[in-house]
Amino acid sequence: MAHAAASSSDVPERKVSFRRSLSEPRTLVNTLLTVLAIALTLFAMFPLFSVLYMLLVKGAALLSPSLFSELTPGAGMEGGGIGNAVVGTLVVVLVATLLALPLGFMGAVYLAEYGGDSKLAVVVRFCGKVLTGLPSILAGVFAYAMVVVTTGSFSAFAGGAAMAILMVPTVMLTAESALRAVPSKMKMAAFGMGATRAQVVTRIVIPTAIPGILTGVMLALARAMGETAPLLFTALFSDYWFEGKLLQPIASLSVLIYNFAGSPFEHQIALAWAASLVLVTIVLVLNVIAQVVTRRPEEH
Amino acid sequence: MADTGMKQAPAGPDLTEAFRSPVSRPPSAWQKNFDLLFKHLAHAFGAGVVLLLAGVVFEVMRHAKTAIADYGLHFLTTSTWDANRAQFGILAEIMGTLYTSILALGIGGFLGITVALVLSQGFVPRRVELAMKNVVELLAAIPSVVYGLWGIFVLVPVVRGPAGFLNEHFSSIPFFSTRLSGPGVLPASLVLSIMILPTVTAVSREAMAAVPKRLAAAAYGLGATRWEVIFNVTLPTAVGGIFGALVLGFGRALGETMALAMLVGNANVFGLSLFSPGNTLAALLANHFPEAGKVEVGALMYAALVLMLITLAVNALGSFLMLRTTRELKGLG
Repeated sequence: MAHAAASSSDVPERKVSFRRSLSEPRTLVNTLLTVLAIALTLFAMFPLFSVLYMLLVKGAALLSPSLFSELTPGAGMEGGGIGNAVVGTLVVVLVATLLALPLGFMGAVYLAEYGGDSKLAVVVRFCGKVLTGLPSILAGVFAYAMVVVTTGSFSAFAGGAAMAILMVPTVMLTAESALRAVPSKMKMAAFGMGATRAQVVTRIVIPTAIPGILTGVMLALARAMGETAPLLFTALFSDYWFEGKLLQPIASLSVLIYNFAGSPFEHQIALAWAASLVLVTIVLVLNVIAQVVTRRPEEH
Repeated sequence: MADTGMKQAPAGPDLTEAFRSPVSRPPSAWQKNFDLLFKHLAHAFGAGVVLLLAGVVFEVMRHAKTAIADYGLHFLTTSTWDANRAQFGILAEIMGTLYTSILALGIGGFLGITVALVLSQGFVPRRVELAMKNVVELLAAIPSVVYGLWGIFVLVPVVRGPAGFLNEHFSSIPFFSTRLSGPGVLPASLVLSIMILPTVTAVSREAMAAVPKRLAAAAYGLGATRWEVIFNVTLPTAVGGIFGALVLGFGRALGETMALAMLVGNANVFGLSLFSPGNTLAALLANHFPEAGKVEVGALMYAALVLMLITLAVNALGSFLMLRTTRELKGLG
């Protein structure tokens, strides 16, 4: 150590050796750091297991068919379920998917097949990246300004629009890399047979890239499903069933968890845990499906 | 792909029928039109993504205009939020946003880089590495509102004991100068750090994996231990990407809403104490928007604009750093 400090040249004259034994300070430091790093890694993973444990302990207590078939109970009331919130979440996510899919998907087709390195393509890709980093609450603010202010009421449609903004970049960027991964040989073969670019894209590239595109959609869905911030002041909440009216407030699992987490009533808090269990299960299942649908090339 | 050329191609569908008509022929008029239409459609949707972002920025600015005119820069330097007297200021929220995010970055960034090292430098067998990587990804999949719920009922009771102890014995240190009554800056920052850890880990792991193996191999060949290689070769080479990961994590922390709205305490004050309640811009929006009147909505839009400018700047910086590192590392391969 003293030797290294005394050296003033650019190349440190350190005493290195291949001897490894715990009596050597270098080896000892190395081992201690390794133990510390692995301990910290396990520590970092602990919250996940703690969350899952709490969900299973507290959330599973209320699991029953009536949880899914009954409306949320009012303050201080017993019984009831989260049926309207489950339905509401599905409705809002469906609206969001219908809004986000065309834009994200065709945006990806543009980037992968038409954009190349043109100026517009660079700008589109940059905007996609920026949208990925957009705080979800700002998507809610935008939907509030566009939909809630215009239509004059909180609504399922406004919630879906807010969520769609968060889904677009995920769908677009994953679909782009899936489209790019299609071997150019296949495209060349089709071009050689006299196919137009549109034919190559619609008949060769898109069908081949479908698994990758689906992964992106699944991941976007999983992310959107758990979002609360964009729904708070767009979809709001409703204690009643969805009646097919998209321009009325609607319940959702995530807003239910938020509202009931701060409730003074034990039963509502218990329902928040049950809703969390249901929500996390859906999100994890979507994530697992996404991982199964495509094996990522990195791991081969 | 069967690109060896010599191998027999696998039996495909029967193409005899298809070959009876000329396969290669100029496209028909309809096909040409469809080609053109599809091309323009793709361009239009590509531009649509740009318009979407522009729309978000424009709409927020449009609604914030009156508030900006009414309150001006005074809005950024005062800390009152009183809808009844129509007095609004977000200094406490700006400070709270930065404070919680910096704390979260300190904890989550350090842990995230450590996890990335363990998952990229061959500490554990490849299978375990993959399994752990999936666990870290699952950490990112848990919705933030569930972390908020967990924070209220698990984390706050856990930190209350140590917080009380620190406050009792070290209350002269500003960080420990108040009691933790429940929600506060510390539990909020802890949950926030859990939430940015996956981002930091994933991005910095990528940067570490991009360091050419031969650099590390050369150092090992000179007799360096694993951690000497990490500190002298891997980390210095990947430093740009790691810094980018931290900036992206910071950007995520700035915009995170639910965990903070549930855990930070929503008090319009800013203090250095880790145990005092505070507020952040995103939490302010979440708590006040649902029941805001017209004037308050304007002020909230102004706050949203400030939040947007901060996060966009931070994210742009992060993306730029990442881009530059990828370019620099290309020469080393």
